[in-house]
Amino acid sequence: MARPVQGLIDTDVHVTVPDTRTLLPYLEPYWREHVQRRGLERENLESSAFPSSAPINLRPDWKPETGLAGARLERLQRDLLDPFGHRYAILNCVHGAQMMFSEDLSLAFCRAINEWVKAAWLDKDERLRASIVVPPHSAELAAEEVERLAGDHRFVQILTLAMGELPLGRRQHWPLYRVAEAYGLPIGIHAGSSFRHPPSAGGWGSLYLEDYVSYAQGSASALNSMISEGVFVKFPALKVVLIESGVTWLPASLWRLDKTWRGVRAEVPWLEEQPTQTIRRNVRMTLQPFDAPPSADQLAKIMAQLGSEEMLLFSSDYPHWHFDGMDAIPDGLSEALVHKICIENPLNTYARLKETTP
Amino acid sequence: MSATQQRHVVARSADIPVGGRKVVTVRGREIVIFNVSGGFYGLINRCPHQGAKLSTGEIVSRLVAPEPGDYRLTRPGEMIRCPWHCWEFDIRTGQSLCDPNSVQARAYDVAVQPGKALVEGPFVAEAVEVQVEDDYIVVTL
Amino acid sequence: MNVTVLDRAPDRSREAMDPSILGFIDCDVHPFVKGPNDFDPFLSKRWLEHKQTIGNRSRQGLAKTSMYPRMSPGVGQRMDAWPKGGGHPGSDLPLMQEQLLDLFDVSYGLLAPLVGGAAGERNVEFGAAMASAVNEWQLAHWCDLDPRLLGAVQVNIEWTEAAIAEIEKRAGDKRWAQVNIPPRGLEPLGRRRYWPILRACAEAGFPVSLHLGGTSGHASTGGGWPSFYHDEHPSYVQSMQTLVTSLVCEGVFEEIPDLKIVLVEGGFAWLPALCWRLDKHWKRLKAECPSLTMAPSDYVKKHIWVTTQPIEEPEQPVDMLSILEWIGPEKVMFSTDYPHWDQDDPRYAFKVRLPEAWKRMIFKDNAKALYRLD
Repeated sequence: MARPVQGLIDTDVHVTVPDTRTLLPYLEPYWREHVQRRGLERENLESSAFPSSAPINLRPDWKPETGLAGARLERLQRDLLDPFGHRYAILNCVHGAQMMFSEDLSLAFCRAINEWVKAAWLDKDERLRASIVVPPHSAELAAEEVERLAGDHRFVQILTLAMGELPLGRRQHWPLYRVAEAYGLPIGIHAGSSFRHPPSAGGWGSLYLEDYVSYAQGSASALNSMISEGVFVKFPALKVVLIESGVTWLPASLWRLDKTWRGVRAEVPWLEEQPTQTIRRNVRMTLQPFDAPPSADQLAKIMAQLGSEEMLLFSSDYPHWHFDGMDAIPDGLSEALVHKICIENPLNTYARLKETTP
Repeated sequence: MSATQQRHVVARSADIPVGGRKVVTVRGREIVIFNVSGGFYGLINRCPHQGAKLSTGEIVSRLVAPEPGDYRLTRPGEMIRCPWHCWEFDIRTGQSLCDPNSVQARAYDVAVQPGKALVEGPFVAEAVEVQVEDDYIVVTL
Repeated sequence: MNVTVLDRAPDRSREAMDPSILGFIDCDVHPFVKGPNDFDPFLSKRWLEHKQTIGNRSRQGLAKTSMYPRMSPGVGQRMDAWPKGGGHPGSDLPLMQEQLLDLFDVSYGLLAPLVGGAAGERNVEFGAAMASAVNEWQLAHWCDLDPRLLGAVQVNIEWTEAAIAEIEKRAGDKRWAQVNIPPRGLEPLGRRRYWPILRACAEAGFPVSLHLGGTSGHASTGGGWPSFYHDEHPSYVQSMQTLVTSLVCEGVFEEIPDLKIVLVEGGFAWLPALCWRLDKHWKRLKAECPSLTMAPSDYVKKHIWVTTQPIEEPEQPVDMLSILEWIGPEKVMFSTDYPHWDQDDPRYAFKVRLPEAWKRMIFKDNAKALYRLD
């Protein structure tokens, strides 16, 4: 079993806001008073997409004695950065702020989260980088927040959710993509939902397990939308990273999309390139969870079907529980490929990581 | 023309008006002849995807868009759309609109011959009456 | 340059047809009405009046056609299937015989009538009446005229008692192959409220076919409504995935061990990765579904079949073989989807040579066994 390479780049590490009060000092004065008038700082803004104590979201040896996992830097250093030998870790804060209906309130909280990430994490450990948390339901406000932070090169990506109110390719989202492309910041589409809709037209299921499994199809539909709407035609330099999606669903999805394109292209005539080619060029996926097939032979086939050695980016998805010990790399991959996954591919995806000083 | 190929007279050019098509059989193979703006082009009557008869498809324009939302209609009447999965082929070359490098309906070399030359040459006519005053459509197969 | 040209002479004579394919069982055939009044003889006066005044109402904005227009006329029919005497593709039995049943000497064609709007009807009493009418129409216009055609019992699952009554009425009648439920419903099919209906299907010996489509009123994707048919089309896969997940995780197959599910027109290459994902994450979240006694993929293997159309076209055609192997060739059944635009021709659908044993299973034996056909 291959170990992650020393000096690896981890493209999905979760940090958790300990409680809403923590954000008070980072809110602007207007919003601080507004929030306190309404008692919002007393509310738990955990996202339904990731119940913090569900076993899948909490590896037992990463559980702190008190408080939430992923909330303290010392634990992150002890649990992950030091033993694995990280060169960089990209922090993704998935938070209820991204679920809010009021776009302005959402922005206020996202701003505060980004400021907290800077002060409590980025300023304290130079291995850390972060995604800019943005209000996913307003592209204009999201673009504003990106403009505000783009000068800080420790922010290397923009974080949005796979399942929002409108499919991610739709033109209402384009002001964000314009800004992202201009600054060379990938759009990180994190698995999960703000639950404006059930996971599919099949309706609302009962179990968290059902929801969690649905995140792969949510990532698939986000990708299908971005392709169909011509996001990569309009923004050819835009990069997209599918975070925590599961990986092995992709080949069948590519085949289906290509086949549809051959017959339905007349509806979307800006698609001159076969979707699979576009995806291999513009889209990457983080490694964990890796929904592995049971046999080595099948794994080799799936890897071949992905059709690109550049596509996978190492991720631990800390503190979620997808592997034990340091067993984060699927079996059977060549040393060279493991090296690419751990180092070259992330470096080539996140241009800012190549800078020696942020 | 290779040693095994022959030239076949398959129709009179007047049989196929501009925008029209005609299915003919040459050496056991169905071919559909199109008249595109006065020029004649032939395709084997079988979509390379699943074998549908292209002759029952729709003649369409080439729809393009340099950017999403910027719809342009180009080259009217120059594409044939398979009746089943709607794959589109350039009638002149057989090239597929999608994957132009990998999927082709086979184009057959079609030339229009003036009447006089036919009477003199060793051509095989497929049950078509030869008239020297008219232009004939000849397929090389 | 890799050029794919189908370089076989189009030989339509039956003698030359692959004997493993000739006589196949077509697991998805779409009959259509000749006119808007085909169901009238089978409706009571009350419902006839209702149909003529209020009409079908489903959970979508357009009353009379699909929200996502298709790419060919007739809401996505193959262009060469329009009957010369008039009418919609699929409405003319002689043409269906010519283009499908006789052409390939089809042993059985399993009907999936996407007409009548019974399943998605918001007025459940009208929905139940329409379901029954469509079922009578299937018998009178199709099954009784060509015994190769087997019907699919239509029901509206939002009125449990009526649905069960309709299923029980058709039980034991060999003209019916299965019960048809759309994969897009108000709730995923594994939810408890639907168990009595599923139980009735199993007790009647009917597999349940989940033929893609349906108007649940929920957005096609978890991230909202696509603008284009181009990304709507692949979203059908996601509805199927939700169904499989729900049925397995809710423990339906423990509750109703004889239940058999057929996924129709959803493709199938996505199924192995879904099974791997289910198995992996179920390990962590087992406590949520304590009734499961085996891994999710084991339930899929035991209880779920897939039909082939629209057949996947892997980038490397040979990869089709490993997909079939992972699902199990005994669980895959061929379907044309005649006369829709994306139908598959049995001679050319597979772009890779199948082992003979698999061919027989996929084109005939699996369906024969599942549907208990002679």
